[in-house]
Amino acid sequence: MPLVIDDPVAQRFRVHRSAMTSPDIHRAEIDHIFAKSWLYVGHESEIPEPGDFVRRPVGGRPVFMVRGVKTGQVNVFHNTCTHRGALVCRQDAGNSKVFQCFYHAWTFDSEGQLKGVPNREAYGGGLNFGELGLRRVARVESYRGFVFASYDRDIVDLPTYLAGAKDYIDLVVDGCGGSVEIVRGTNQYSFGANWKLLVENSVDGYHAESTHDTYFKYLVSIGTDLRGGVSGRALDLGNGHAVIEYSSPWGRPVAKWEPLFGEEARVEIDRMRADLVARHGEHRAHTMAEVNRNLLIYPNLIINDIMAVTVRTFYPPAPDAVDVTAWALAPVDELPTLRQRRLDSFLTFLGPGGFATPDDVEALESCQQGFAGGGVEWNDISRGMGRTSMANDEEQMRAFWRRWQHQMGAVADLAGAR
Amino acid sequence: MTAAAVTVCRQEVEDFLYAEAALLDSWRLDDWLLMFDEDAKYEMPCNDAPDGDPATDLMLIDDDYTRLAARVARLNSRRAHREYPHSRTNHQVFNVRVDSLGDDVSVTASFTVWRFRAGRSSCYVGRYRYRLRKRDGGLLIVCKRAELDMTDLRDVGDVAVIL
Repeated sequence: MPLVIDDPVAQRFRVHRSAMTSPDIHRAEIDHIFAKSWLYVGHESEIPEPGDFVRRPVGGRPVFMVRGVKTGQVNVFHNTCTHRGALVCRQDAGNSKVFQCFYHAWTFDSEGQLKGVPNREAYGGGLNFGELGLRRVARVESYRGFVFASYDRDIVDLPTYLAGAKDYIDLVVDGCGGSVEIVRGTNQYSFGANWKLLVENSVDGYHAESTHDTYFKYLVSIGTDLRGGVSGRALDLGNGHAVIEYSSPWGRPVAKWEPLFGEEARVEIDRMRADLVARHGEHRAHTMAEVNRNLLIYPNLIINDIMAVTVRTFYPPAPDAVDVTAWALAPVDELPTLRQRRLDSFLTFLGPGGFATPDDVEALESCQQGFAGGGVEWNDISRGMGRTSMANDEEQMRAFWRRWQHQMGAVADLAGAR
Repeated sequence: MTAAAVTVCRQEVEDFLYAEAALLDSWRLDDWLLMFDEDAKYEMPCNDAPDGDPATDLMLIDDDYTRLAARVARLNSRRAHREYPHSRTNHQVFNVRVDSLGDDVSVTASFTVWRFRAGRSSCYVGRYRYRLRKRDGGLLIVCKRAELDMTDLRDVGDVAVIL
């Protein structure tokens, strides 16, 4: 029996909890999902100049992304010396023309070419410098500045993979004036729950009112009108990607005013909205300005365009642990007052010190602890089946789980998952 | 310190910081909030940008007095799920250095904040930077900034408690 049971007739969708607890399933996910998907590496804005680099794990493997000095292209390399393995990039970010392994001083340039080997005459047969360059990750492509890599040489191209998610990346980027950048400052936190619970939570409209009561109370205390509530729809975007799009009481830096922003901001926000209408027409401008998007790009990238824009990726070092890395995304050349307002808005809800994220962490750890007790074997993810899916339904999670079951195949079976 | 500018001695500042720590550890947050002036700020930069400026950089926390009061109200409620029930904390302050800053007092200090909850222990280590103001014979906090020495929050998960 598969771990994901999709029964449209009975309008019942269930996921077996061993999908969240089994070490065998976790190991299989590394091979079947993280080695076979397009994974988010970073944003081109993090490395604007030739030689700029960032290093980070992608799919649990150490890589670094560097803008080549010769080509200006974004290179993503396995962060390991081709000699005997040491990391060649040992800073999280910086600028360098060369990457020298400190162990034996082999030196590579920003395009990965091996440039220097001390005492090379000791190699009787000669060293083939061409073969000993830094190893590129099998596939690297970017879309609207978002750089993805895949360890699967045979994976479909990125635009095909992104399917319907492309349009939503476009909405985020075009809503920001067409050019976006990652803001300095990174949230790196971890907690004790399965990574797929964070997938669900990141696109879960149903939990907002109950889990985040203190956030909404804060909004009320500063004069926000909650009457409109949270309402909208959920969409399956293909290939495991999904989105919820909905109206909300909170404001949006582009371009929906709320009391948090202060009276003096009204005129500016109205102007930004008028700009969007002029460029994109009323319908698309409305979608950009007033509609929130929680976008899941399968398997582990979230772009939430809400009271600010956050980009969040994560990886499971164990079945019951997840490492999260998140950033703020903003328009390039945003006016200082607008940038400050955006960052302020971000912190009301998002991040490890925000009024909401810690409570999400508590909820997900609580679920994981609940699984450990046994007794109940299945999670129910049926909400909204048999109707046009609302943002507080669970169709977006079903889209993820269907793709997950498909990629895992026979491995994700009750008989094998212990 | 120039002789003319000395308005407060280190012992007075240390007593103030220890009193603050005691209020936080006993979860008397309403009383803790009274230690802040009404134009006060409470800031925490991201681990990878300890010099972060809230105007241009993403922070972990950037509270003005209104949001700080909301943070207290949140933590006092039973709906701040990450902190209900509350953690046990132990705020430890040391290496206190005091300097004058115009009419205000600039203080830097090292801190270790231990947090225990549900069988789990976390430890926050870093540096406080305070700006204090002399008022009615006592001190008020104008700005409290907590800069973390940990390179990330992987071991602690979040900063739902006040450091």
